[in-house]
Amino acid sequence: MKKVKFIAPVAVPTIGASGKTGNWRVMKPIIDYDKCIKCMQCWMYCPEGAITVENDMPKIDYVYCKGCGICANECPVKAIKMEKEV
Amino acid sequence: MDGFKTRGVNFMSKLVELFSKEEYILKGNASCPGCGAALLLRYVLKALGKKTILVIPACCTSVIAGPYPKTCFNIPVMHIAFAASAATASGIAEALEIVNKKDVNVVVWAGDGGTVDIGLQGLSGAAERGHNMFYICYDNEAYMNTGIQRSGSTPIGAWTTTTPGGNTTPKKDLPSIMIAHRIPYIATGSPAYPQDLVMKIRKAKKIEGFKYIHLHSPCPPGWRFDASKTIEVARLAVLAGVWVLYEVENGVFRLTGPSRKLIGKSKRKPVREYLKLQGRFKHLTNEQIDVIQQMVDDKWERIKSYIK
Amino acid sequence: MVVKVLTGNHAAAYGAKLAKVNFISAYPITPQTSIIEKLAEFVDSGDLNAKFVRVESEHSAMAAVIGAAAVGARAFTATSAQGLFYMYEMIWWAAGARLPIVMGVVTRAIAPPWSIWTDHADFLALRDSGWILLFARDAQEVLDTVIQAYRIAEDEEVMLPVAVGWDAFIASHTAESVDIPSQEVIDEYLPAKKEFAHMLDVEHPFSLGNLAFPDNYMEFRWLIDKSMNAAREVILKADKEYGNIVGRSYGGLVEEYKCADADVVVFMMGAASGDGMDAVDELRDEGYNVGLCRIRAVRPFPIEEVRKISQRVKAGVVIDRDVSFGFGGILAGEIKAALYNTDKKPPIFNIIAGLGGRDIDVRIVKQAVINAYRFIEECKEPKELEWMGLRQEVLIL
Repeated sequence: MKKVKFIAPVAVPTIGASGKTGNWRVMKPIIDYDKCIKCMQCWMYCPEGAITVENDMPKIDYVYCKGCGICANECPVKAIKMEKEV
Repeated sequence: MDGFKTRGVNFMSKLVELFSKEEYILKGNASCPGCGAALLLRYVLKALGKKTILVIPACCTSVIAGPYPKTCFNIPVMHIAFAASAATASGIAEALEIVNKKDVNVVVWAGDGGTVDIGLQGLSGAAERGHNMFYICYDNEAYMNTGIQRSGSTPIGAWTTTTPGGNTTPKKDLPSIMIAHRIPYIATGSPAYPQDLVMKIRKAKKIEGFKYIHLHSPCPPGWRFDASKTIEVARLAVLAGVWVLYEVENGVFRLTGPSRKLIGKSKRKPVREYLKLQGRFKHLTNEQIDVIQQMVDDKWERIKSYIK
Repeated sequence: MVVKVLTGNHAAAYGAKLAKVNFISAYPITPQTSIIEKLAEFVDSGDLNAKFVRVESEHSAMAAVIGAAAVGARAFTATSAQGLFYMYEMIWWAAGARLPIVMGVVTRAIAPPWSIWTDHADFLALRDSGWILLFARDAQEVLDTVIQAYRIAEDEEVMLPVAVGWDAFIASHTAESVDIPSQEVIDEYLPAKKEFAHMLDVEHPFSLGNLAFPDNYMEFRWLIDKSMNAAREVILKADKEYGNIVGRSYGGLVEEYKCADADVVVFMMGAASGDGMDAVDELRDEGYNVGLCRIRAVRPFPIEEVRKISQRVKAGVVIDRDVSFGFGGILAGEIKAALYNTDKKPPIFNIIAGLGGRDIDVRIVKQAVINAYRFIEECKEPKELEWMGLRQEVLIL
């Protein structure tokens, strides 16, 4: 992003624009990789884009995951469990 | 489940083909956990790609962006006043041509309030003029950004803060209004069926002219359900025939996705199953639910006539 | 250079054409319509290479030019009265988004009752919006000021939208001979539209107009104020260079007529200043040392110019073609405010006249000046605020 002087109200694209939203979590999704069939439904349905695909496996970014639980709810093999955040 | 395991790998490669890995909405934004709108926009931007300018009026998304000096959107965004989105996008679409910047998608991303109520005049004008742009309404069925007040798109019976006894008028049928404008492409979509949505966007992207997309955007705090159920609620809306997936291309109506199979009443799940998932309908009596069921059935009778 | 007989509205259209505007969006309203009709002709014939968007309301007209300007087009719109008030929230948006749009305002009275005739209420309602406000007297000045407006708006120190006002019918529909400069001369004066930092660009994504918490909003307003004050020099320079290159200039923020040795100066704005100048000539023949100061810029307000003139005079008369109910004339209020912190403060006598298109003729100006003289010579106090030209027989009381 080139450095420019903005006189108009310009906001710059930033990861974590509203902070470390992982702090919002009450429940935390944990993936059981033994059960995971790599269907990527969790990646697809995450509203935050907090799940990425690494080495063909879904990986959750806990810095930003808000713990909504959609991934756990949608996983066809129930490989994701929502656990209480400590 | 076994069949699913083998299908899983094929599914994966098809998904990657259809959706880019690029995330245009950066994580750590202000959307509620489980937000239907955030998920829908994530799909739309993946389908449209980097050369997209969004015009966002006052709505949840304008706050999801996050506060100055940061934003979560990694594409250019013109924030604009509530009623002004379609006209602003008209200006952008035309001006890009005159300043010789081709192949940029100009997309209004507006909520139901800013579309069916205060934004309707601007939308109608822009559609009638036929600018080369998208108007995408994410319909969470109330003024959610200001705290769940009723809009023209709130379904009958729904609780909102301004209809505490339940909304007394049926939902305004915006896609039908857009069909009457005779624009080249109109479609509906749901976050439960992302492939259907993305294929529609990609098809529409190739069409020159005004494209209108109406998306069902379940809202956990507004509709009163647990954040983990967003996709479940969206899916049930389609399977009960409450939210119909279709497209109208040059005046030809076509059901898409699971909606294709729902013409027979027995194929549709009872509306009761959809309504009972949401706290906003929990005060409904059985009689009222029957009325809603009848309204859905009547709607499908009309749909049958479009297809003949 | 060509001389044509043009109305003020057509002169504005020629001005926009010479400025090579490439995006126009407007909604018809009397008495603005002939501007956009003329522009539609230019675009249709190919004389002007521009996109013309026939929107469905004034609110959408301003929204469309905002969108166009945000991606780098040179945009123009025009409206009056009800239309201006309908687009009012978007007008403020344009200034807050720092977009160099130019808008023609054919000043017209506000309903009810319906009136299509001139009144300055609509134009003056813009004064807190962050728009630069320039008021033209006649068709020639309309053409010249529309062109100057782009030079001012697009200046890097300014980057604010500019509204050019002129009176309904008296200026907008009265035909006069107007000198139309050649395109080459205007190209020398007004450079091609440049890119600017907050222009939307898919290669460098950012958001324009996010939410700002209390710890961030105020600075944007301060920045507008800073640019508005910097605009004084820019307006003066733009007018002076127009004089050098094209051959005409108007005095910058104010036009002074016989003010140098005046005992009483009349402050006016718009087409009626012409009658004011006739009144000045007649009064001078009758032995009164009077002058006229025509307000050309309302924002930024010509504080220094007004102070300098007021230092020399024994009284000032301000003729307002507007009124702020329960307070007085708007221009008079601003002039008095400008003078408050100076030691030599002449009394200011405020006349409200000409609302809804009623004539401000030479007699009204002369009577107002004579009343001011009565104060100076006989200490017979004229009223601080007086409505002139009222027709009591019309009021059913």
